[in-house]
Amino acid sequence: MKFIVFILLAMGSGLINAQEPVSPLVPDTLEQRVKPCTICHGDEDRAGRDAYYPRIAGKPAGYLFNQLRNFRDGRRYYQAMAILLENLSDEYLLEIAHYFSSLKYPYPEAAANTLSPEETQTVETLIHSGDPERDIPACSACHGKALMGVKPFIPSLLGLPHAYVAAQFGGWRNGGSMRGQIPDCMSEIARKLSQEEVNALTVWLPAQPITAEPAETEILTTELTQRCQTTLSGEGFTR
Amino acid sequence: MKQPSKFRLAGKQQVAVFIVSMLLPLSSVAAAQPSADSNAEQVQRGEYLARAGNCMGCHTTRGGKPYAGGRELVTPFGKFITPNITPDSETGIGHWSEEDFWQALHYGKGRDGSYLYPVFPYTEYTKVTRQDADAIFAYLRSLMPVTQTNPPHKITPPYDNQFLLFLWRTWYFKEGVYEPDDSKSEEWNRGNYLVQGLGHCNACHTPRNVWGASQDDKLAGGEIMGTYWYAPSLISQREAGMGEWSVDEIAKLLSTGVTDHAVTSGPMATIVRQSLQYLSTKDMRAVAVYLQSLGEKRSEESSRKIPPMPERVSRYLALGEPVYVKHCQGCHGKSGEGVPGVYPPLAGNRSVTMTSPLNTIRSVLYGGFSPATAGNPRPYGMPPFQHIIRDHEIAWVVSYIRNAWGNLGSLVSPEDVDSSRGNEF
Repeated sequence: MKFIVFILLAMGSGLINAQEPVSPLVPDTLEQRVKPCTICHGDEDRAGRDAYYPRIAGKPAGYLFNQLRNFRDGRRYYQAMAILLENLSDEYLLEIAHYFSSLKYPYPEAAANTLSPEETQTVETLIHSGDPERDIPACSACHGKALMGVKPFIPSLLGLPHAYVAAQFGGWRNGGSMRGQIPDCMSEIARKLSQEEVNALTVWLPAQPITAEPAETEILTTELTQRCQTTLSGEGFTR
Repeated sequence: MKQPSKFRLAGKQQVAVFIVSMLLPLSSVAAAQPSADSNAEQVQRGEYLARAGNCMGCHTTRGGKPYAGGRELVTPFGKFITPNITPDSETGIGHWSEEDFWQALHYGKGRDGSYLYPVFPYTEYTKVTRQDADAIFAYLRSLMPVTQTNPPHKITPPYDNQFLLFLWRTWYFKEGVYEPDDSKSEEWNRGNYLVQGLGHCNACHTPRNVWGASQDDKLAGGEIMGTYWYAPSLISQREAGMGEWSVDEIAKLLSTGVTDHAVTSGPMATIVRQSLQYLSTKDMRAVAVYLQSLGEKRSEESSRKIPPMPERVSRYLALGEPVYVKHCQGCHGKSGEGVPGVYPPLAGNRSVTMTSPLNTIRSVLYGGFSPATAGNPRPYGMPPFQHIIRDHEIAWVVSYIRNAWGNLGSLVSPEDVDSSRGNEF
């Protein structure tokens, strides 16, 4: 019986495949299929130059895949993304994640650093050493020495617009960004920072020149691996 | 000549029965096999039927555990929270019997005998046969129990009154399993059963009166409660009536989400992804045959006389053209012809010209992909324009496409665009 069903299914899918739309007018490419994404996230000329929408080109694929699913499934809240992704499958989202991850677009010029020398000093200490007394890890401990993220799950911190970085800190601190993910390490860490530190970070990060690619592997400490396990796991993710 | 051989056969059967009964005490597992098999088959059938009824669609939150409930359904009568229907004994339906389930599905009564709110579409499910209901129950019982307590409904007084619900039922609820129409084909009857019963297409594709009751089983279209989407008429030639479509094309749209001339969008795209794409070829065909029979045939008089356009109106429409050229033409074409199977045509597209402009406005505001289905796993999509152009430009361009290339539709104002926003996300 099962065998017959299998044959019927195979025949059925063959028929459907034969009917799959192929048009000489529209390129059969992922680039064409993801037009709904690039209207905001930009193509080669605009990637990362928009005032708000983050650059997704070149970000680690596992990170993009997790975020696409988080938006679709309501764990990360952003209405436009939730509506757009509602009816897409994990398989397709994975393909889309790999596509954007593979793009090597030029980065925008770094923004001006308007911080005072003292503020810059505070930020650079947080970036490279954290604050063990407040249990704040160094940003570079997870996001890589160059802050360009670590494949496959950890995003880069550079090349993003100020407004986007500020909005993410706001979301983490108010619990609005990631809903229901426990443990959510960035919410927990962002709440430990003072408002002044957050403000300084959101100016400093977009002001950094980009000199590296996302790191291949940097081994996280056991403690950080434990603390950020939701970020570091991606069920269904394949390279 | 025949008699002796019959006897011989009977004799053989007796021997076989004897041997089997000898084996029974030795191997109770083997003996239990037939009934276990039929149970597995029932569960499998139940799973299929639960898909056809899209129970999961309401009884699962976004990203939540399947069938554990918790989804909010917003209606003018209050906020309803769907219950957990996994077999958890504390928070789900672990204590329910087959009969309890039948009471809910067929009579709209809870396990404690209370009347259920028709937001649970028992007004349609009452048409489901006992055999199918039992199979769905067997499937739900086979799920992994999920312990999840969902918040209670927030029903707006006075609608929280059981007596009012009793009156509502007396007036609007007609209990009864589907009765086949012998004058129609078996296929048509199967389609009717699926569309009007389990599929509960009526829950959206029908106008509702002030008491939230569907206007009988005519699929005449209506705004979907709490969603800001319009479910078009499945009868009218001016909306989504499919009287002039081939059965194959209807089946293709509903199982893959896209055809050469049409795509599903909004809540319908979700129904295709969650439910319709899983229907067997035979059942999908039956649904298509039934839907085709509902649709009006094109009549001669339907060619409407187009009155001359006042100067003021054509000036307003002209505002939309540059917006169209800049943002829409690249995909939908110079003359709104679209690209078959990829980007829907806008010229002659009834979902563009139908009386309610809601769906078109929402497509422009929010964009969307057609659903990823087995038949169309990597869909193309439309970008959201809510961040790209302003409300008055959306009003211009929607008015424009409703009246270009021979289309004819009412004009849309920026206020119409603004009032089309909002949803459950």
